[in-house]
Amino acid sequence: MLQEAQTKRSSDIVVVENLVKRFGRFTALNDVNLSVRTGERIVVCGPSGSGKSTLIRCLNRIEKHDSGRIVIDGLELTDRMTDVTCVRREVGMVFQSFNLFPHLSVVENCMLAPMKVRGLSRPDAHERAIGLLRKVRIHDQADKYPGQLSGGQQQRVAIARALCMQPRIMLFDEPTSALDPEMVNEVLETMVELARDGMTMVCVTHEMGFAREVADRVVFMDRGGVVEEADPDTFFRAPRTERARGFLRQIIH
Amino acid sequence: MFGVLFEQAADGQRYIDWLLSGLGWTLALAFFGWWIAFAVGLVVGIGRTVQNGMIAALARLYVEIFRNIPVLVQMFLWYFVLPELLPNALGNAIKQMSPPWGSFFPALVCLGLYTAARIAEQVRAGIEALPKGQTEAAHALGLTGYMTYRYVIVPQALRLIVPSLTSEVMGIYKNTSVALTIGLMELTAQARQISEATFQTFTAFGAATLIYLGLALIAYQSMVLIDRAVRIPGTTPAKDAIEPRLADDVQPVGSLPEAMEVVK
Ligand SMILES: Nc1ncnc2c1ncn2[C@@H]1O[C@H](COP(=O)(O)OP(=O)(O)OP(=O)(O)O)[C@@H](O)[C@H]1O
Ligand SMILES: [Mg+2]
Repeated sequence: MLQEAQTKRSSDIVVVENLVKRFGRFTALNDVNLSVRTGERIVVCGPSGSGKSTLIRCLNRIEKHDSGRIVIDGLELTDRMTDVTCVRREVGMVFQSFNLFPHLSVVENCMLAPMKVRGLSRPDAHERAIGLLRKVRIHDQADKYPGQLSGGQQQRVAIARALCMQPRIMLFDEPTSALDPEMVNEVLETMVELARDGMTMVCVTHEMGFAREVADRVVFMDRGGVVEEADPDTFFRAPRTERARGFLRQIIH
Repeated sequence: MFGVLFEQAADGQRYIDWLLSGLGWTLALAFFGWWIAFAVGLVVGIGRTVQNGMIAALARLYVEIFRNIPVLVQMFLWYFVLPELLPNALGNAIKQMSPPWGSFFPALVCLGLYTAARIAEQVRAGIEALPKGQTEAAHALGLTGYMTYRYVIVPQALRLIVPSLTSEVMGIYKNTSVALTIGLMELTAQARQISEATFQTFTAFGAATLIYLGLALIAYQSMVLIDRAVRIPGTTPAKDAIEPRLADDVQPVGSLPEAMEVVK
């Protein structure tokens, strides 16, 4: 038993066991188990309110779980703030609503955490920031402020900001849902590139094209639990459960 | 009509000099009081929003006490009551401070701490008006609680509350007139003295009124400039972002004539 847990730890960068999360009397996550190997790309989908956001927000303890275990890269998430900060340094997160810091310019958004958390000097942080802004093709806007950018541009900055911490895992919570349709692709392309680079990714998204193209595994959630896990081909062609079939019918129309 | 101000008073100075000396004390009180109020208010306001229940409760207690006791009563507490509560030697030392300082320091502490309670509420409102996503994004990047406040939350909250801080600036300099009740010869006290010496009540208080109005305009204009200077490119002005809901009750002195009796 112990040995099993240890072998799991060595190959899996994310281990979630019997995770329970309640909001008051409402159980948002009920006994969720999930493991993610290094370099793996997971797409999480499911109907609204099924607990997808709650799950990935628990992975960097933006939401505290009530019971069960979450181990990220060998560190268990508990009340010990030092561990939590260590984990957060290694886990990047991209939100549906961007959450850029509006009072800082684009490049400053990307420099803040590397300087304050990683202790990089200003020139080093600047160089890294510009490099990653170039990667998301937005370096020519480096001195603008978030409020001066389009949604798609802001989301790409948010991705660059997270990457500047050189995280080992990236979490995405519906990164394209708040975007106008014509901007969805520029963000998805950035994410596809990231996947090609071998980044470990957990993405909550309903972009099924993206899931087919990059996901190693699709995790389907409903009512606070993982209902089905499969490789994208199998999941889209022959979902095992009726709930997954119903969900797919709805999003494909 | 203001001609009388340039006549010589009994002490050899002109009345206008009395007024200017009063203005000096008013400005000194408002200026230094403001920085005390801003520093304490910022800390207490942040304290009200932290997770730690103990700190939040203490901050709340501070605000409730200092905001709800009339400023005139607070003035008396600092001036008359505090020296009695302190150990004898210290209390006596305070009572024996030479004339202007003996009332200036209690007035400074009083106005600073009173205004701090009001500023704390503005700061709290500013912090709570920010989207939760800001804190979440900062935490997700690994910033500690302190760093999150220092680099993400407070800089945005302060920009948001520049308009309501304007009314606090005006509030503190208007409240300096309460200091005359503990014998500080600030602007209002000097106006009163001139009116008693010359029997030109209208001229004396008219001049004081004009000076107060001028100060209000200066304070307002500088805040407009500050608001413009710190505005974030690509956003709409902070004005109206938060209703200055505390702004309408900045004049807490209920009955000045009664208060003036104390001086006699
Ligand atoms: N802070 C909260 N307080 C109370 N209930 C919450 C809170 N956050 C989420 N919930 C509830 O938990 C459930 C799961 O929410 P969650 O945001 O994880 O769903 P989701 O799968 O991400 O849905 P969506 O696709 O709409 O984003 C929902 O029923 C939601 O109402
Ligand atoms: Mg969600």
